[in-house]
Amino acid sequence: MAKFLQAVTDGILGGAVYALMAAGLTLIFGVMDIINIAQGVLVVLAAYLSYVLSVHLHIDPLLGLLITVPAMFVLGVAIEWAFMRRLRGRERTAMSLLVSYAVAVIIEGALYQAFGSTPVGYLPRYAVASVHVLGFYLPYIYLIGFGLAAVAMAAIYLMLYRTKFGRSVRATMQDKVAARLIGINVDRVAALTFGIGVAVTAAGGMVFGATNTFNPDSGYDLISRLLSIVILGGLGSIAGALVAALCMVTAEEIVNIWQPTWATAVYYAALVIVLLVRPAGLLGKQEARAQ
Amino acid sequence: MSSHRARFLTIGISAAVLSAMLAACSNNSNSSGGAKSPVVIGASLSLTGQFSADGQAFEKGYKLWATDQNSAGGLMGRKIQLKFLNDNSSPTTAVANYQTLITVDKVNFTIGPFSSLLTGPSASVAHRYGYALVEGAGGAPSVFATKLNNVFDVSLPVAASLLPMINWVASLPASQRPKTAAFPTSNDPFTQPQIQFAQQKLTALGVKSLYYKVFPEEPTQIKGIADQVAAAKAKIVVLGSTAVPTVSGFTQAFIQAHYTPEVFIATAGPDQGAAYLKAVGHYNNDGVMVPNAWYGGSPNPQSKKMVAEYIAQYHGTASQVNADVAEAYSVGQVLTQAVHATHSLSNAKIIAYLHSGATLTSVQGPVKFDAVGENLAATAFVFQWQKNNFVQVLPPGTGSVAAEFPKAPWGK
Repeated sequence: MAKFLQAVTDGILGGAVYALMAAGLTLIFGVMDIINIAQGVLVVLAAYLSYVLSVHLHIDPLLGLLITVPAMFVLGVAIEWAFMRRLRGRERTAMSLLVSYAVAVIIEGALYQAFGSTPVGYLPRYAVASVHVLGFYLPYIYLIGFGLAAVAMAAIYLMLYRTKFGRSVRATMQDKVAARLIGINVDRVAALTFGIGVAVTAAGGMVFGATNTFNPDSGYDLISRLLSIVILGGLGSIAGALVAALCMVTAEEIVNIWQPTWATAVYYAALVIVLLVRPAGLLGKQEARAQ
Repeated sequence: MSSHRARFLTIGISAAVLSAMLAACSNNSNSSGGAKSPVVIGASLSLTGQFSADGQAFEKGYKLWATDQNSAGGLMGRKIQLKFLNDNSSPTTAVANYQTLITVDKVNFTIGPFSSLLTGPSASVAHRYGYALVEGAGGAPSVFATKLNNVFDVSLPVAASLLPMINWVASLPASQRPKTAAFPTSNDPFTQPQIQFAQQKLTALGVKSLYYKVFPEEPTQIKGIADQVAAAKAKIVVLGSTAVPTVSGFTQAFIQAHYTPEVFIATAGPDQGAAYLKAVGHYNNDGVMVPNAWYGGSPNPQSKKMVAEYIAQYHGTASQVNADVAEAYSVGQVLTQAVHATHSLSNAKIIAYLHSGATLTSVQGPVKFDAVGENLAATAFVFQWQKNNFVQVLPPGTGSVAAEFPKAPWGK
């Protein structure tokens, strides 16, 4: 029983970190119909930014979010302006796969140039410290990740449903042409949304870097999982990404108790089964996927 | 008309003779006075992907050897030219790379990739074309199980590499001997045989096995496995790891769980010098052990020379030199000695010579191959990080310092 509870605890805390990394991916798809394959490498880029701040400039990575979040926001806006805005027409979503893959390759190449391929990591005090609760050690870094995920998702929710900009975003999500007709600057909404999606990734990258050793191509391991999380949760659904990440990582941790080599297979089998029953994902709407 | 034909015939014959003479001169200049074509040696290396730290260290080791050997006249009087193709740590890509190196680039020799996982299938390709594959990181039993006659591993065969640690545990007084052990291992041909061997031997000594699981080295899974190991509270942890990220993941999870085993030994990772220290930090390495045949502080004169050259080129300390560098350098040394002994660049002659029972030298120590290409002369050691220095601790005796036991708490 203790093993089971430990696995559930690890799953919930680890799942929240994955939700944090996947939030930007699902937000960008929901608003822009863009499947951002570069999300994995953007997480790694954010981890490298935190690494530079922590190891070379001796700035705490958590505090460093004050620098990395705006930096990633600017990068996101720049990527949207330089690459994504050019995509038009019915093939836009399919083409976004190729274009964002190109973005991933460019960023990965730059990271190789700057840092080489030797894995690096950073271990601030809270990355190795933990609190003892009911017989379990809960690492602070995962609690921080959980907190950041909750804050980021709440902020995105409030932005979408409680602000004028959010109304513009939702109008754009529903019908771009109609949104243009009522005076919404759709290009501006897209740029800001892409920027916000990438900015959220800064927090996910910071936690990822503090819990894993990484190198420039660590993003490829990540992207398959992040995509499966947003597909399971329902493309475009922020809450769905959270629920899917928690379910998937927890399921994997539980399988780990008996047969770790089967955990990944179970993870993807669960994805297939859920999609057979609910093609739009756990909390997704059919229309969202049909856009 | 006939005079025209005769003139064309004369011009044609003259041109043919001239061409033949030019060709002859060209061949002649190649074989004697002029610049000789280089000896091209190809390898597939994991410059990116899971084994990138090892692949890059291998690249450095090969380059260091080629530079040294070229300074000494190259091979058969010809300069060595290395050709590397990146396999992204994928066995499938490694196979394709060796196919390309042999059939397209037509290299003179092939030398090994990193890890048993990639060496096994690569050796089959080299074997198909009659190439020797001298390698330094393919010591798993699965590599030799196919009994190919062209594979020669200059390093320590991994199956019994943990034996010094097992013998040391056996030598401890009963009151001090740890009573329990955990055996997590990645699903890799390099790690599993070592861990199974250690589990079997330690269990026979009366050490109770509290945990044995095979896991994929996926970032998402390492913390969960490490937490289970920590919960088992075994006194010895024998970790089957292929690279630094797995060891650093276990280390971080152990620290978070306030768990310090009395003995923590990993099959690979802690031997990677600066790459390991970068990942775990300078405060979390003390007491961690790793089996190997070489370390930066080796008294072997050839090793000392190589380490000095490495530090001059890449900086750092002897402890920070990755053991992969020595493995790669040894590959070059063995190939050099085979070429010199046979006075030939023929792969068939090289293969026959390496099977002759000759004892060769390398920065890792003596090399002598058995029928399947394992290095019979290699000696297993266990090294340990002590106060940021990588030192030899087992077997006890010459060259070894006392092992830190029990391992100091993390962060000390």
